[in-house]
Amino acid sequence: MSKILMKGAEAVGEAAIRAGCISYFCYPITPQSEVAEYLSKRLPEVGGTFVQAESEVAASQMVYGAAGAGVRIMTTSSSPGISLMTEGISYIAGAELPAVFVNIVRGGPGLGGILPSQADYFQATKGGGHGDYRFLAIAPASVQEMVEWVMRAFPLAEKYRNPVMVVGDGLLAQMMEPVDFGCVEPTPQIDVESWATTGCKDRPANLINSLFLDPLKLEEFNWKLKAKYEAMEAEIAYEEYKMDDCEMFVVAYGTTSRVVRTAINALREEGYKIGMFRPITIFPFPQKAMRAYGENPRVKSVAVVEMSNGQMLEDVKWAVLEKKPVEFFARNGGIVPNPHETMEFLRKSYEKHGGTK
Amino acid sequence: MKTIFSRPRAMTETITHYCPGCTHGTAHRLVAEVIDELGLRESTVGVAPVGCSVLLYNYMDTDMHQAAHGRAPAVATGIKRTRPNLTVYTYQGDGDLASIGMAEIIHAANRGEKITVVFINNAIYGMTGGQMAPTTMPGQRTTTSPAGRDVDNVGYPIRVAELLSTLRTPSYVVRGSLHTPHNIIEAKKAIRQAFQYQVDGTCFSFVELLSICPTNWGITPVKSNEWLEKNMLPYYPLGVYKTPEEN
Ligand SMILES: Cc1ncc(C[n+]2csc(CCOP(=O)(O)OP(=O)(O)O)c2C)c(N)n1
Ligand code: SF4
Repeated sequence: MSKILMKGAEAVGEAAIRAGCISYFCYPITPQSEVAEYLSKRLPEVGGTFVQAESEVAASQMVYGAAGAGVRIMTTSSSPGISLMTEGISYIAGAELPAVFVNIVRGGPGLGGILPSQADYFQATKGGGHGDYRFLAIAPASVQEMVEWVMRAFPLAEKYRNPVMVVGDGLLAQMMEPVDFGCVEPTPQIDVESWATTGCKDRPANLINSLFLDPLKLEEFNWKLKAKYEAMEAEIAYEEYKMDDCEMFVVAYGTTSRVVRTAINALREEGYKIGMFRPITIFPFPQKAMRAYGENPRVKSVAVVEMSNGQMLEDVKWAVLEKKPVEFFARNGGIVPNPHETMEFLRKSYEKHGGTK
Repeated sequence: MKTIFSRPRAMTETITHYCPGCTHGTAHRLVAEVIDELGLRESTVGVAPVGCSVLLYNYMDTDMHQAAHGRAPAVATGIKRTRPNLTVYTYQGDGDLASIGMAEIIHAANRGEKITVVFINNAIYGMTGGQMAPTTMPGQRTTTSPAGRDVDNVGYPIRVAELLSTLRTPSYVVRGSLHTPHNIIEAKKAIRQAFQYQVDGTCFSFVELLSICPTNWGITPVKSNEWLEKNMLPYYPLGVYKTPEEN
């Protein structure tokens, strides 16, 4: 298949259609309103449904309704909008429905800014809304990866009957990169007749529900969710970049991993043996694989670069269990770290912990 | 022997949890009878609210979806837009619809969603123990307006049927009541008309039903019906507020 040059946000919309999602409910918010603009034009062409909702609260509940009706469904938003959607997300998780959410994260808290940020890591990986639920959360690092993961998100959501969140930022959503939609084979939708609200013709009535008045039943349900989140570990994805001989490895995901890659390439020329461990699924977190590197005697230190006050940092520390020192560098508020400051930080961290050249 | 009265097919055999005299059960039955009469049981999805009628899904033998508090019209939108052949209705109380869910109901009506909304106005929050609702009458005592609703402080009760009928989008908006047998018969006609408009793909349809909550009003069911007639009827006049043909 040939590649076409596309803006990240529009590519997200097209990827959903290619994956068989022809319904979309949304509320505009920068920096991802182009998804809505693109789909408002494209969905009528493919016989789909586009509704601009009155709020993200309503959009997430429309997603809840559509997911309950057993159709492939996605919505997209950015940080303040995702906060409002957490009501619907919690119900979707509680009713065990498949749905895809895309968060094009911007700086916060509050109204924050509109520029790239990774400040919603906790929200994406630790639940976000009320109740003990998790997303399967995925953090692509290019427009192509965003397309592939949006397409894979639908069958994954169906496999686990759980919301999947794809996490990006304004850089990934606003830049244009060549994309190939043929990389992921669209999968047929699972059979929904046994649970979805399709009309109870020739079968018992179905119910979409998250209410458990009996605490023992609710506890049992929470155990079931726990087991499901553990089973999702089968989907763990990460990239190892120049890890074979590294004496220090950097953990970075999404946009920051692009900067870190540039910095590592330059530092390798200077003789620094630095690698990158890039989580692609941020929940479940690739803890075991990272821990193995942390236990490797060759590795002297670990560095974390992210655009937040150290949210993924907590997961990295937990993964390496204080076996190695963990250094941290961040830009925040919508500022992407530049390669020079990143290199300076990496040089210092490397030397501080006795890395050889 | 000829059966002249039985449980509607669209209802389950479950005994409801409602307080004695509560009109929720009456309203459920009217909806179920209409679903039966129009032959819609196998193509209907009911959206249950948060409120005393949250367990509506246990009583209806159709596909059901339990919504978040106030969001039933948005959930119904999601179902109807993606499966337009289904008949989708919401059933909501006045706290659910007229307070926390005001945005969802106004916009669903304004978009002209082809859904039906059954709105139970009992002038109080039943489920949480009798707090003030947006529909609570002036001077009415509730657990959060112990001295009676003070309109200078919290405003007047919201007349939802009137409010929705101001929207330009074609719709069917009607207010009925459940406090006498005659009114119940009229209410059923309104519900049937509302579902018919949906089945015909005509418009958004909305049926407000004045209802009683003897438990939280603190009076007997008989007295409740009298209280409704004396206090609610003058403020919430019954009748058809809007028809799609008017447009
Ligand atoms: C987000 C949220 N806020 C508050 C509640 C608590 N709550 C449950 S039912 C209810 C009021 C229901 O009153 P109404 O809609 O009038 O229905 P009724 O019980 O009178 O039939 C409230 C406030 C909730 N479940 N969810
Ligand atoms: S509390 Fe009121 S509305 Fe709720 S079941 Fe009892 S009488 Fe009905």
